[in-house]
Amino acid sequence: MAAADDIILRVEHLTMRFGWLVAVDDLSFTARQGDITALIGPNGAGKTTVFNCITGFYRPSEGRIALRHGDAIAWEWLEPLTNGGERSVKRPAGALYLLERMPEYLVTQQARVARTFQNIRLFPGMTVLENLLVAQHNRLMLASGYTLFGVLGFPSYAAAERAAIERAKAWLDRVDLTARADDAAGDLPYGAQRRLEIARAMCTEPVLLCLDEPAAGLNPRESAELNELLLAIRDQQRISILLIEHDMSVVMEISDHVVVLDYGVKIADGAPAAIRDNPKVIAAYLGVPDKDVANVEAEVGL
Amino acid sequence: MGGDAPGLRVDTVRALRDAGITALLAFGLFLPLVGFQTVTDVRNDLILVTRWPLLLAVVAVVGIGRLAYSLAVEPWLRQRALLPATPAPAWRVQAGKWFLPFAIGFVVAYPAIVLATAGFGRAVKWIDNFGIQVLIYVMLGWGLNIVVGLAGLLDLGYVAFYAVGAYSYALLAKTFGFSFWILLPLAGVLASFWGILLGFPVLRLRGDYLAIVTLAFGEIIRIVLINWVDLTNGYAGITGIPRPTFFGIPFNAEDDGFAAVFGLEFSPIYRTIFLYYLILALALLTAFVTVRLRRLPVGRAWEALREDEIACRSLGINTTNTKLTAFAMGAMFAGFAGSFFAARQGFISPDSFTFLESATILSIVVLGGMGSQIGVAIAAIAMIGGTEIMRELDFLKLIFGSTFDPTQYRMLLFGFAMVLIMIWRPRGLISTREPSVVLKERKIIGADLVKEGHG
Ligand SMILES: Nc1ncnc2c1ncn2[C@@H]1O[C@H](COP(=O)(O)OP(=O)(O)OP(=O)(O)O)[C@@H](O)[C@H]1O
Ligand SMILES: [Mg+2]
Repeated sequence: MAAADDIILRVEHLTMRFGWLVAVDDLSFTARQGDITALIGPNGAGKTTVFNCITGFYRPSEGRIALRHGDAIAWEWLEPLTNGGERSVKRPAGALYLLERMPEYLVTQQARVARTFQNIRLFPGMTVLENLLVAQHNRLMLASGYTLFGVLGFPSYAAAERAAIERAKAWLDRVDLTARADDAAGDLPYGAQRRLEIARAMCTEPVLLCLDEPAAGLNPRESAELNELLLAIRDQQRISILLIEHDMSVVMEISDHVVVLDYGVKIADGAPAAIRDNPKVIAAYLGVPDKDVANVEAEVGL
Repeated sequence: MGGDAPGLRVDTVRALRDAGITALLAFGLFLPLVGFQTVTDVRNDLILVTRWPLLLAVVAVVGIGRLAYSLAVEPWLRQRALLPATPAPAWRVQAGKWFLPFAIGFVVAYPAIVLATAGFGRAVKWIDNFGIQVLIYVMLGWGLNIVVGLAGLLDLGYVAFYAVGAYSYALLAKTFGFSFWILLPLAGVLASFWGILLGFPVLRLRGDYLAIVTLAFGEIIRIVLINWVDLTNGYAGITGIPRPTFFGIPFNAEDDGFAAVFGLEFSPIYRTIFLYYLILALALLTAFVTVRLRRLPVGRAWEALREDEIACRSLGINTTNTKLTAFAMGAMFAGFAGSFFAARQGFISPDSFTFLESATILSIVVLGGMGSQIGVAIAAIAMIGGTEIMRELDFLKLIFGSTFDPTQYRMLLFGFAMVLIMIWRPRGLISTREPSVVLKERKIIGADLVKEGHG
């Protein structure tokens, strides 16, 4: 278990039911500040559902999802916050958010959690640059005096927009899309769309970035570039990443910590090397029924 | 191009066969519709008359039309599809650049042009029925364009806000005697208030459901206007609505009237011209504000909402507020237009705010190309101006005889035109999207990428 002082996200007893189907069952795990935490599992294991709960798209049936900004001291406020009715506590030293109490847009706007989608969701009819500006909506909205200053053409808004374009340009450079800034996002090839979606999420200036299968459909070269990008985001920006990934080589290469789900239940949690050798994980990935797991364990000599 | 390249060869036999089949179908279809006619004779008995020559003519037109299509139009279309897309010729680019200033110049000069060509007597009709009428719909189209074209929310009850604006002006002006210039913004505010009120319950609805609820809302407003007789005078409507003044100077024949003050001979034309410039200014304001808003975060959020609502929410955009602002903005411009309408007519009744009106405005937006200001303006001119011009179809009497009533065919021709345009341009006249911000080079975005919204 990680020391409490560098934990950024705490998921506790998370359960999500759809009617009779239990998509996520009593899941608890933590993610550390500045880590890449991978969430893996076979198809239908409930990974995307966990993301949807964390990012506020689903309201969990049960459980608590807490996110911390700033000082580690913040975790001491967790119990009082849970018992009170508030969504968050904010102090000079830091802030604590109960994500399950927040609607999705506040999870991004206030708790600063950004996400991408398994099936890319860009604004296809808007240009690449426009996509990145929409991501900076809240900051620009404030600068435009909720539109009023903007309509009247105040210079303060023009300056804010220039800054937003600069930020977008910086991200375009990093994902190698500068040359296509004025093209429609829907015109980009698949790999570029994936990169743009990540850049767009980063333009919201998150503390936690949730990526749902970012390497899906990429060729090996693109996949390697993606790994580099994610490592750079982690190391240079000190942004924590939560990553859903099917490709085990990607997971092993870049993640610091792996959580394995199977049928909504956590079956393993630890360092990548340990996960790779975990017989339960192997059994889950090979599709062996639960009752045979003991046999498989015996076979691999556990 | 080789005429006998396999894909391009004209197959005469097939063309003849198709024409034959089409003619046969036309015969079957038009036999009961055109071939027979029931008339009452002198003794008031109903008798059946056959009209073989006419039927033959109709069938022949259809058959020959089909033949011409197979032999001429189809090969041409196929050949064109084979050619590589050529960039727009230079003259077109030039024309595109000059179009806007020229168009604005024309509408500003329009009353003068009409006065010069049609003369004093007939000018009122052309400025009022044609100019003002078209401009009202241009403005309504631009207003609805915010909701439908930009935010992608299908609103079938837009006329409700037009009605709110009109009745606000009529009632407040009659009861309290406030001037037009105070009530114009107030009508806009009231209409946008109703826009928000409608917005709340429909926020969670999409597509067809949203369309149906907004339609119902439009009907509710109309029915309230009909039944709340104490306030609105029901079907009879409100008469004697104060007319707008020229900054305090009324347009009448009195000594302190406009004509007298400016030393002119009294004529209704001055008021008409004034109203024309008033609605022109209001319409241009709508366009200006919309163009501005598109480049602001709120406008981009509207378009993003049309493109993908879930993605918007994942970026921290409060989609509830974003939708409400779209409804409020659209409604506000309808409110302005409504108060202008009441002031121009001097009389309003619920009849002016039927569903047909909403449908017309929506058709203007769809026909023009959702999101395109120029497209919407052209569509409004074509649809409203076109129907007005079709009132003048008297020359058809020369062809079809004096019993022919051209106005009856107005809607038929209109429907035909609409179908043709939608076949030719399924996404509206101007379906491409202009980016709201550019880094290096302005590239127009093709219609196939731009979403139409989901409701
Ligand atoms: N909104 C929903 N309503 C009903 N069932 C749902 C809903 N969302 C997810 N599920 C179900 O929950 C289970 C987990 O789905 P989820 O999408 O989280 O899996 P996943 O691990 O992301 O799978 P994949 O690797 O295929 O993306 C599935 O059985 C799915 O059908
Ligand atoms: Mg998934």
